[in-house]
Amino acid sequence: MQFNRKTIDKGKGEVIIIDMSEKILLNENGMKIILLGNEAIVRGALESGVGFASTFPGTPTSEIGDTFAKVANKVGIYFEYSTNEKVALEGAAGAALSGVRSTVSFKQYGLNVSSESAFPLAYVGVRAGMVIVVADDPSCWSSAQSEQDSRYYARLGHIPMLEPANSQECKDFTKIAFDLSEKFNLPVFLRLTTRVSHTRGVVTLGRIVKGRTKGKFLKDSIKFRNFPPYIIETHKELHRKLEAIRRISEEIEINFFVNEDVKNDLGIIASGVSFNYVMDALDHLKMNLPVFKLGLTYPIPEEKIRNFIKNLKSILVVEEIEPILEKSINSLAKDVNPELRVFGRSGYLPTAGELTEEAILLTISKITGKKLDYDLIAHKEDYNKLKIARRFPLMCPGCPHRATFFATKSATGEDTTFIGDIGCYILGIFPPFETQDIIFSMGASEGLIHGIKKVSDQKVIAFIGDGTFFHAGIPALINTVFNKSNPLIIILDNRTTAMTGHQPNPTVGVTGMGDQTKAIAIEDIVKACGVENVKVVDSFNVKEMEKTVGEFLQNDKVSVIVAKRECQLLAVRRKRREGKAIPKFNIDKSRCNGCGICLYQLGCPAISVENGVFDINEDLCTGCAVCVRICPKRAIKVVR
Amino acid sequence: MTESDIIVTGIGGQGVLTLANVIAWSALREGLDVKTSELHGLAQRSGTIPCHVRFGEKIYSPLVLEGKANLIIGLEPLEALRACYYGSKKNKTVFLINSYEVIPLSIFVAKEKYPSLNYIINALKSFSANVITLDASEKVKNTTGGIISTNIYILGYASAKKLIPLKKQSILKGMKEVIPKRYLELNKKVFDLGFKAGQ
Ligand code: SF4
Ligand code: SF4
Repeated sequence: MQFNRKTIDKGKGEVIIIDMSEKILLNENGMKIILLGNEAIVRGALESGVGFASTFPGTPTSEIGDTFAKVANKVGIYFEYSTNEKVALEGAAGAALSGVRSTVSFKQYGLNVSSESAFPLAYVGVRAGMVIVVADDPSCWSSAQSEQDSRYYARLGHIPMLEPANSQECKDFTKIAFDLSEKFNLPVFLRLTTRVSHTRGVVTLGRIVKGRTKGKFLKDSIKFRNFPPYIIETHKELHRKLEAIRRISEEIEINFFVNEDVKNDLGIIASGVSFNYVMDALDHLKMNLPVFKLGLTYPIPEEKIRNFIKNLKSILVVEEIEPILEKSINSLAKDVNPELRVFGRSGYLPTAGELTEEAILLTISKITGKKLDYDLIAHKEDYNKLKIARRFPLMCPGCPHRATFFATKSATGEDTTFIGDIGCYILGIFPPFETQDIIFSMGASEGLIHGIKKVSDQKVIAFIGDGTFFHAGIPALINTVFNKSNPLIIILDNRTTAMTGHQPNPTVGVTGMGDQTKAIAIEDIVKACGVENVKVVDSFNVKEMEKTVGEFLQNDKVSVIVAKRECQLLAVRRKRREGKAIPKFNIDKSRCNGCGICLYQLGCPAISVENGVFDINEDLCTGCAVCVRICPKRAIKVVR
Repeated sequence: MTESDIIVTGIGGQGVLTLANVIAWSALREGLDVKTSELHGLAQRSGTIPCHVRFGEKIYSPLVLEGKANLIIGLEPLEALRACYYGSKKNKTVFLINSYEVIPLSIFVAKEKYPSLNYIINALKSFSANVITLDASEKVKNTTGGIISTNIYILGYASAKKLIPLKKQSILKGMKEVIPKRYLELNKKVFDLGFKAGQ
């Protein structure tokens, strides 16, 4: 590969890379650029000499992996998209135990998956720095599932945690996290939230440091074997480490005061993105209140907090999702200021949904009586009176999942239940399909359908995507065979992990670093799991899909249909690259009888109707020809 | 206070993020602090994606306070309406709206109603009187054959009308930072087109 790159080895392992094709690689100390929070994490890791990075893509963290994928080769470090978060964490742990600095990133649910290994890792410890980046999704903007607050894991796992509030802090905190981790031989959490991950902001660059990429695992310590009775000793040791980090937390400059000298009855403690809302709210209210901003949020600086709250009448604790800091502060107040009124997310601020400046403003206003120069609530009420048609998220025009859903629905009756899973096909939840009667976690569809089939004779079909199947679907599939179940599972194999930004998965034959690798065929795995009824069907072949679904629903043993067709977004991009024409379709008005199947049942966003006349928007049509196949009047024709 | 608060909205694929990012880099080129907030993943599958851009001496929140926007750019009218509460008469918000409608599927499959452009404009006016509608997509299509750089046409227009308090030179620099080289010339042309329309 050719890169626009100058490399100067400055001895001491420091390498200067000037790569104009990737801003994030600019090695100009002191230069200011704009980075997404997620990109700034990568930059921080590069400035820390990271040697190994892994991830399982999950919004809101996806761009961390994608950025590593872009730069790993250029800076000479290792990066991978792992098959799930547990494997990703274990890989990074293996590297850190061998003396190579490593980082792993995933969304909140990924931490659940990996926690089985994350907890004992804290006991075992690491040799080189290891940073675990986890992003929560308040208000579920990006990933649905739940408003989990991953800060509980820090407490549960005895793992220190830092919470950056903006892109600059994303970079700086990553470096601090690596150093802390290495100093205490503990993995360290960086907790992001959507509004940090997906905010762009100005970052002042430091130097990229070429770290070690090769190490060695030294089998010289008993402590790497997490085995009783030694565990009790390590547990004690963990508490000693946390106490030492608590003392650091008292001094570290990322826990700092704003307006420290201002005397007021009310003080504020804030962490993460919500600190920004506090600062703006004070500005909009033209108020000065003392604010304690926490960057290292586990363990917390108990002494400083005691001092801060000692002489206050009330305190507002502003944090993203659950009242975790609030509860700690409540108990600290018992010692030094039992009369203190503590306001926060257990009632005064909303108990669910992401925080906003509006909510904080209204709360401060309520506590202090100071008003904003206009009425926020009345303003929003005026808005709520407007009638605004919804625009729900949709599968793209030409999406193979749409064809599969269409065929499945037309082959089954109203009495069929559909079990959903996590991926683009989650969008089948909306009309016209409504093919996701239950959705909860990666790979859960197979376990769920198994349980339902064991206790009922219902017609049930599970949908699971390729990436999700590799992630957690294989053990569940083996379980259906082992325990003699008879569900119908449709694996939607669109040759990519689409929803999070088209990362390669094991079906593709290419790694995250762009190297060729073995492509693993899903149907081979399905057969190897012991499934006898397996059929691969082209998703666009609606007739065959209808027929197969009808037949397979009658089977008394577990059946799998692999609905195979490349994600249409990728297909279109590939065709453009190869200079191939993308056909466009239109409706022959003289043949169309207005049955509306293409619009009301297929729901392609390129098709619309005005005054009873059906039409295709050529700007949007991606030429999948599925509408052509399902039109009973054969009215849809290729135009070019 | 001297911050500029801008909302850019539209639907996936209309270049909302690109436009926001261009404004952000333009502000950085003037030595200002800047933040943008965007949404990815689920929110991106042709849903609606309002993007916040804030710049000034020192910027904390990545989100514009409701009612505080100086400028709301709507690449699609219905989406401009959906984001209108960021504007207010008090702050003399300017709505800059592309009249190109993209009808959501909810209209057909959930039997909802796409409001007329008149309804939208009147509703916007109840939030702030300064509503400018442009047939930007049509103008761009007539010149380039596609509607893809409508966002940059509107940027040109806003720049000429001084709706974004940044120098034209800085905006051109911002475009250079964000837009891939092979599309830059075309986009500059479209920017000029919009700029002329705004003069
Ligand atoms: S990205 Fe691909 S898989 Fe996802 S909705 Fe679009 S076409 Fe379908
Ligand atoms: S209009 Fe027909 S051919 Fe075009 S994308 Fe939609 S279903 Fe496919």
